[in-house]
Amino acid sequence: MMNKRFDRGRPQVFAALLLSFFITAPVSARDFRDAVDEAVRILATAKAGGQGSKENQQAVITLATAGDKSLMPLLMGFEDATPEGENWLRNTFEQIADQVRKKEKQLPATELEDFILNTNHSSQARRLAYESLLQQDPGLQKRLIPAMLMDASQEFRRDAVSMLLEKADAAAADEAVSLYRRALSGAVHEDQVSRIAERLRAAGEVVDISQHFGFVTTWNVVGPFDNREEKGFAQVFAPEEELQNSAEFKAEYAGMNGPVKWQVLQSEDDYGIVDIAGQLENYKGSLMYLTSSWDSPVQQSLQIRLGTPNAWKLWVNGKLVFQREEYHRSTRMDQYVVPVELSAGPNQLVVKLCQNEQTQDWAQKYQFQLRVSDSAGAGVLPGQAVAQNVYAEEDAR
Amino acid sequence: MKAIFQKTITVVIFTLLISTSLTAGDWKQFRGDATNSVTGSENLPIELSGSTIAWKAELPGRGLSGPIVVGTDVLVSSSSGYFQDRLHMLCFDTRSGEQKWHRQFKAIGRTMTHEKMANATPTMASDGRRVVAFFSSNDLICTDMRGRLLWFRGLGSEFPNASNSLGMSSSPVIAGSTLVVQVESDAEAFACGVDLATGETRWQLERPRAANWTSPSVITGKTEETSLVLLQSSKGLTAVRPLDGSIVWNFDGGAATIPSATVANGTIFVPSNGITALQVNGDAVEKLWNAANLAPATASPVVYNGQCLVLNSSGVLSAGDVLDGNRIWQLRLRGPFSSSPVVSGGHLYAFNESGTAFVVQLEPDRGTIISELDLGEKVLCSPGVGDGGLFVRSDQHLIRFSRP
Repeated sequence: MMNKRFDRGRPQVFAALLLSFFITAPVSARDFRDAVDEAVRILATAKAGGQGSKENQQAVITLATAGDKSLMPLLMGFEDATPEGENWLRNTFEQIADQVRKKEKQLPATELEDFILNTNHSSQARRLAYESLLQQDPGLQKRLIPAMLMDASQEFRRDAVSMLLEKADAAAADEAVSLYRRALSGAVHEDQVSRIAERLRAAGEVVDISQHFGFVTTWNVVGPFDNREEKGFAQVFAPEEELQNSAEFKAEYAGMNGPVKWQVLQSEDDYGIVDIAGQLENYKGSLMYLTSSWDSPVQQSLQIRLGTPNAWKLWVNGKLVFQREEYHRSTRMDQYVVPVELSAGPNQLVVKLCQNEQTQDWAQKYQFQLRVSDSAGAGVLPGQAVAQNVYAEEDAR
Repeated sequence: MKAIFQKTITVVIFTLLISTSLTAGDWKQFRGDATNSVTGSENLPIELSGSTIAWKAELPGRGLSGPIVVGTDVLVSSSSGYFQDRLHMLCFDTRSGEQKWHRQFKAIGRTMTHEKMANATPTMASDGRRVVAFFSSNDLICTDMRGRLLWFRGLGSEFPNASNSLGMSSSPVIAGSTLVVQVESDAEAFACGVDLATGETRWQLERPRAANWTSPSVITGKTEETSLVLLQSSKGLTAVRPLDGSIVWNFDGGAATIPSATVANGTIFVPSNGITALQVNGDAVEKLWNAANLAPATASPVVYNGQCLVLNSSGVLSAGDVLDGNRIWQLRLRGPFSSSPVVSGGHLYAFNESGTAFVVQLEPDRGTIISELDLGEKVLCSPGVGDGGLFVRSDQHLIRFSRP
């Protein structure tokens, strides 16, 4: 019984140890570090479903008791943290940083700045450190951000692009083009890319937005198959059956309006939109299968980012990675972000795209856009292991 | 004559009953503690002007969530960042407007919304000791009243298809020790009861798979066991026990998917083919009347002084008789309205989308605009009332109105 109680109260014991450390220092610095590390570990591994919240709260007390000595371990804890864990770590960090400020003390500037600059650390933790430090060091932005154009954090990249855009907008024509080009190399957000492209095109420059974002623009498509009353979403048609069983497609199938064959569909859109309604026909109550091959030089973890107002399923190398049955509730680029593991060599992407029978004007789109990106949202093209950029090496130099 | 007399007596009794159930003080969730948008004896200004703006505090990012008031704390949520994935919980002093604390979190679920909406659309809820923020991304966050995290639920990752690309807006409600959330979309739909102390799920109900922006309403019983939470959807209204999610009754006459039902003295006013009044009798419900010409648009109905007040899509405020639904009077305001109005001390406070505030004096046979103020900022949230103040937020500001 005593042991059980001890186990359940482990974080309280750590808190007591820490308290006694401050009062009488009977415990070693190592015990202190162990207690902090264990509390960080508890938070970092926070579970889904709200489980373990009491234990997490005790860990927060332990870390708050340790005060500013917990700050750096908390940031380090982001490394392998669960999404829930990241939020526990963040909240505890903010609590302690507030305590430090209330005591009119300073956050550990050197350690935090070193942490921010080390791109091996978690993007979220680096950003948290940056925003916290910025409050006591307003010069941090000008000092750090310009070198973060190719950062793994989309937030740092956005700031770096914004600073370059300010310069470019104020620069003479020749220099402006160079600055816009440079800004484009780091831009991962649609609004910034579209603004840069507009400026460059106005200056007579060629900009391939689709390639910049890594949109997949060439597809083989077959259909229409029957999706009346939205029943086709769950129904397995011949291409889908082949996908699951043999991964080899026949040349011809029985479609909803007669025989259908594979045909090539190429998107010329800046944002990779494959427009079934515009390029083929808005077959109401139908669905299409589309396939494309994406060559990867190595096995790598990337993201597939998809936008569509239609219901859809996505398979990568025969494995269903996500499906969603929602029609005409709006669409945008990067609407869905699906983490995928791509194999070295050709990777087969298959999309099932479904149109329903709604008659409203706003319910007539039959389209999707799909791109491959890294975790910051930078486009990755077939044959690339990571987003490449000529300025990255220059920045490194 | 006898009929008129009986009706008058009934209205008086109805009014007295409602009045006795009202108390001044907190506004702890969407549409107030009783989820009915009515507050008792707050001494609010009846003329809104620059001199009645007690303070204005800056807010980060964007938000449609309404402020809640707990003692001398007024709390509100926001979302910021290119993807609206930075979640904010903020607490201000009701009297001074000074920021007491500000906590930030990272959304786990999908954050995409229609440009008019924001990830921070649902209003927070509190039991006085804890405060819960909910977002369109289905991130559900509970802190104590000092912003210290108590639990975190990423319902968006636990149920990755329960999202709406236009955005989700249902505000959670607290009934006793249970927090009830409705997460309903075309692709996946459920409601669940969450243990407020631990964040763990007590029960989960499958719900009609269809987009739904309504919020639950609460009928507070003598005990937690006898309270009811009303879950509205396009199918109708379902009453559940908050502790275990057991279904007590169903009204299957269909209902709106944006404005939510309101309850006054045991009568439920459901946005259903206009307004449909339901009477709860024990564990059953019966339909009293339907008024097709009381058709709420986005704002939820408010019941006060024997009148069911409804804002329609043309910005017209209509008052219907709570006993039979017959329309008593109409008053043209200037819409559109995204927020639900509040009523205090015989006056209705409504904020239209462009930020014009209206104070309407409510009388038995008419409503009269007695004050108008253009805030110059878009207002999409439902205001909160407490500690002698009327609180409203835009994207940029949290504002307190009170008597000078």
